[in-house]
Amino acid sequence: MTGATGLTTARQPDPPATPRGLPRLLASVREDARPTSLDEHVRRYGSTRDAVTGPALISLVEASGLRGRGGAAFPTGVKLRAVAAQRGRPVLVVNGVEAEPASGKDRALLRTTPQLVLDGAVLAAGAVGAQEVIVGIGRHAIREREVVAAAIDARRRKRIDGRVSLRVVVAPDAFVSGEETALLQFLNGGPAKPTFTPPRPFERGVGGAPTLVQNVETLAHLALIARFGAPWFRELGTPAEPGSALLTISGAVARPGIHEIALGTPLRELLTDAGGATEPVSAYLVGGYFGTWFAEPAARELLLDEEHLAARGGGFGAGVIVALPATTCPVSEVARVARYLADESAGQCGPCVHGLPAIADSLARITIGEAHDQRLARWLTEVRGRGACRHPDGATRFAASSLDVFAGEIEEHLRYGRCAASDRRVLPIPARGRDRR
Amino acid sequence: MSDVLRVNPIACEGHGLCAELFPERIRLDDWGYPIVDPRPITPELEQHARRAVDSCPTLALLLARTHTNATGAAVGPGRPRR
Repeated sequence: MTGATGLTTARQPDPPATPRGLPRLLASVREDARPTSLDEHVRRYGSTRDAVTGPALISLVEASGLRGRGGAAFPTGVKLRAVAAQRGRPVLVVNGVEAEPASGKDRALLRTTPQLVLDGAVLAAGAVGAQEVIVGIGRHAIREREVVAAAIDARRRKRIDGRVSLRVVVAPDAFVSGEETALLQFLNGGPAKPTFTPPRPFERGVGGAPTLVQNVETLAHLALIARFGAPWFRELGTPAEPGSALLTISGAVARPGIHEIALGTPLRELLTDAGGATEPVSAYLVGGYFGTWFAEPAARELLLDEEHLAARGGGFGAGVIVALPATTCPVSEVARVARYLADESAGQCGPCVHGLPAIADSLARITIGEAHDQRLARWLTEVRGRGACRHPDGATRFAASSLDVFAGEIEEHLRYGRCAASDRRVLPIPARGRDRR
Repeated sequence: MSDVLRVNPIACEGHGLCAELFPERIRLDDWGYPIVDPRPITPELEQHARRAVDSCPTLALLLARTHTNATGAAVGPGRPRR
C-alpha cells in the first residue's frame, strides 16, 4: 500500500483517545460549521492505517450489530459479506442522495465531517476488495459536493488510500432517486428510477460488478467501529440495534436540526435535546414521508429504534421527526404530502402510477369536506407491496397512518367542510423540477 | 422448496390475461393490474400457473423459487425463472 508512508500520522504518535458517550459522529463538528480538515480529523481519530480493515472488518462489523441508516435498517455486516463473496472486483457506492425532504443528516455529515464518511468508505472498500468508490450526491447539494471533492483531493495529496480511488458523482435528487437501484441505474447511464430485483446490487450493480451501496451515516459509524471496536459500539443503543443515530427534527421545536441519540432513546428526551416544543403539538411524524404519525402526548414515550417503532406500526426510517403544531390543519398537510408522493412516483409500475393519485385525490376531497372515495381503505392495502421499489408501500403507510391518527379532524372536515385549524404549512415539499435524469 | 408467482411491475402493462387464465390465484385491481396470491403454487395448480406465465405478452409474470427455512416459513422469492 502506497498510503503506508502517510505523513499525517507520523506527526501523531499518540493513539487517539477512545470517545465515550455522545456525540459520536458529531463530535468533530467545528463550532464555525466549516468542514473538519484531514489534519484535524486524523488528530482526533488517528489514521485508517491503524484501523481494522480487510476481511477482519467484516467480522467486526457483524459483531458490532451495525444496521444501515438509510431507512431499511439492514444489517451492514450481512451486506458486506454478501458483496465480498461474489466473484469479480466489487464497486462501492456511497449513497448521499438523501432525497427525503424532511431529512438533512447525511448532508450535514458530508458538509461538516467529510473525512469520517470517506474513511468509512475506504475501509468498507478494503473489507470487500473494492478499489473504486463513487460518492453519489444530489444535484441541489452544491456545498456538500464541493466539500467532499476538496476532502477527496486532500486525501489524494497525502496518498492515504492506497489503491482505493474516490470520486463524486452528481445524482438526480427526486424522491425515488435515492433508492439504491435507482442510483445504480443512473450510474450505469440510465434514468434514476428503481429497477426490478433480482439481480440485487450485491450481485450486479455498477458496470455489472457486485456493488456495495451504503448510506453516508452508516459509513461514518463503520469508520469508528474499525477504530474503536464492536464492544465500544455497543456501549450505546439497544442489543438489537446498537450504536447512536442521527435524527433530523423539525416543526414546533426550539432547536430544529440534526441531533445524535443512542438508539432506543425516548422521544421525550430528544424533544428536550431539541429545546422542547415551542407551542402545543398535535402529533409527531416519525420516519419521514414513508413513516407514521403518533399523537401527543403518548408519542413522547416512544422509543426511537426500529424494533420498538415497527411493533407499533411505524419505523425509524432515516431518522426524520416532525412535530406538527396543534394549530396546523393535519388533513391538508397529509393531503399535500400524499399528492407530492403521487407526483414523485417513478411512473413505472401500474399500481403506483394509478393508486397513489387516486389516494391523493381522495384525501384532497376530505380537506374540502367532500366524502372520500369508499374504495380508499381497500386501495391502501391493495397498492402496498406491488411496486418494483418501496415507494407505494411507504406512501400507503403514511396515508393509512394519517387516516387513523387524524380520524377526529377528518370527521370535523366531513361535517363542517373544514376544521378549526389554520392552513399554515409545516411539512416541507421540494420545489418541482427535480428531474430523474 | 416450491414456486411462487411474482409480477415484474415495471414490465407489466395490465393486459389482464393472467387473471383470466389463472383466477384461482390472480385477480385484477381497479386499474387492471394483477394482484397475485403470495402462497406457493401447489402441484395441482402448477399447469395453470405455467399457462398464465407463458401467455403474458410482456413477460411480466414469473414463477420464482422460494426457499423455506427450518420452520417451514417461506424466505421470500428468490431468483425468478421462466
